[in-house]
Amino acid sequence: MKEIVVVSGKGGTGKTTVLAEYAMKAGNAVMADCDVDAPNLHMLLKPKTLHRESFVGSKTASVDVGRCTLCHKCDGVCRFDALRIVATGEDERVEIDIDRCEGCAVCANVCPEEAIEMRDRVVGEWFVSETAYGTMIHALLEPGAENSGKLVAMVKQMAKKTAREHKAELILVDGPPGIGCQVISALSGADIVVIVAEPTISGLSDFRRIAELASGFRMRCTLLINKADLNEEMTGALLEEAKSRGIECIGRVPYDEALLTAMAKGESIGEGQDSPATAEISRSFDVLLGLLSDQ
Amino acid sequence: MSSESERRPTRIAIASGKGGTGKTLIATNLASVMSDVTLVDLDVEEPNCHLFQKAECEAPEKAYRPVPEVDEGKCTLCGRCGEVCQFHAIVTLPKEVMVFSELCHGCGACSMFCPENAIAEKEHCLGDTISTSGEHFELLYGRLRVGEAMPTYLIRQVRGMIPGGADAVLDCPPGTACASVESIRGADLCILVTEPTPFGFHDLKLALGVTKKLSVSSAVFINKDGLPGPDIDGFCRDNNIPVIGRLPLDRDIAERYSRGELLISDAGYRAVFESLRDRIMEVTVR
Repeated sequence: MKEIVVVSGKGGTGKTTVLAEYAMKAGNAVMADCDVDAPNLHMLLKPKTLHRESFVGSKTASVDVGRCTLCHKCDGVCRFDALRIVATGEDERVEIDIDRCEGCAVCANVCPEEAIEMRDRVVGEWFVSETAYGTMIHALLEPGAENSGKLVAMVKQMAKKTAREHKAELILVDGPPGIGCQVISALSGADIVVIVAEPTISGLSDFRRIAELASGFRMRCTLLINKADLNEEMTGALLEEAKSRGIECIGRVPYDEALLTAMAKGESIGEGQDSPATAEISRSFDVLLGLLSDQ
Repeated sequence: MSSESERRPTRIAIASGKGGTGKTLIATNLASVMSDVTLVDLDVEEPNCHLFQKAECEAPEKAYRPVPEVDEGKCTLCGRCGEVCQFHAIVTLPKEVMVFSELCHGCGACSMFCPENAIAEKEHCLGDTISTSGEHFELLYGRLRVGEAMPTYLIRQVRGMIPGGADAVLDCPPGTACASVESIRGADLCILVTEPTPFGFHDLKLALGVTKKLSVSSAVFINKDGLPGPDIDGFCRDNNIPVIGRLPLDRDIAERYSRGELLISDAGYRAVFESLRDRIMEVTVR
């Protein structure tokens, strides 16, 4: 079983489009959408959900007003500004802002009355769904929830389990943008990483940082340039940067307004296969499989 | 700008659910047509605003977060630190205590509850904060150290450095997770940049969930306008969200952006951003 993780550093470079195309080419892979706060893969693969489950990702402090003696021992111990003692006239009460609470339990531990309890917090939901091209694991984080990296890890773990059960040879992971906890979590265990980059000044800078991150984990990385003809000079700079890091370029997808228009109309993947952009993405998948079989 | 002398500084967050919709494009050009404004790049994982400023880089300042340091002479291996740490960042083994800095949230529990006073806190580098001055705008930004997992600490530090008296335009990270929330929180207005594609529309709705939760008023900027996708104007009308600006789908814009050029050097585009600035003033001065 091999795992391909598609990431980009910069958002909106075309990760999901690439992944959906790969899914269709592979035919029987397990897909994992690890962009848990703004997932989009389901919109292209149009899955039927078979199973859904809440995800408890963290704990949140909760005050039992009946037990609280207003001793103020908790005042000032929270480093995340989540605990406040609010006065209304003569009355005082301890309040927790659950959006700021990171679940460290310092307040609960200092409370001599055991008036602060740490409660499980549901931070999102995850799904097992069936698509025309195989099973897909995806999730949706609650807005602003902590510990999104844990939900990503959960999605990946379920994808691995599913792939083993279905004897699928490939896991295709659609990664989140950025270089933070979600991305680190999505990269973990990858056999090969595809970095989708655009030839723009931002795209080059973001490619450097994600490439540095993935190389730091000693992962085999490849580069797929999207909108490659938008700026030939920047495409050259991307290729040079990739070469200096030992990263192979697996394709140069042309700027293609027809593909954008098809996507805007919500046409599912597979339609409009003759577009030059999808043809190049498809070719890059064959290159990728070749690299994987060499490993 | 408003002529009222006592006007409170306005903070405008530029955000989106989906990445790559044009946040940095809007933020840099908007800041360029405003006077007395600081552009703040809070996308600390992949900051890009500085690429459009072309200023001489001022010396970055290192940013830190606290992580525990165990004094082995005082430690009795009692294990209390591991009990209180909710993040598995400190673990007591038979002969030593191990600290996993990458997992540490810096809450201070381990040092606070150590009965031997054996745990101090040391500084763990999480990146840099940088402020630069350029022809078009003053810029403040954070740059997360590659490999550092938690951007929110740095975002908080950068926000704390915003000059108090001036207006600020905040370029926020994509998504709806904690980093976005930390960036949008407390803004006077959040401009959600979207595009008329099913992805853009879907993620716009998710992002509106964040602004609603934070009680931040929202407005929408439609980029790549003209694509035959979902009716974002209709959606905004039905939900009472002002559409305060738009740019067409145009390869010329993409090419200028790719070279690191500001659009406002062109009079036509400049007018788009001046009108956006004026609409923001209308929307925020109630």
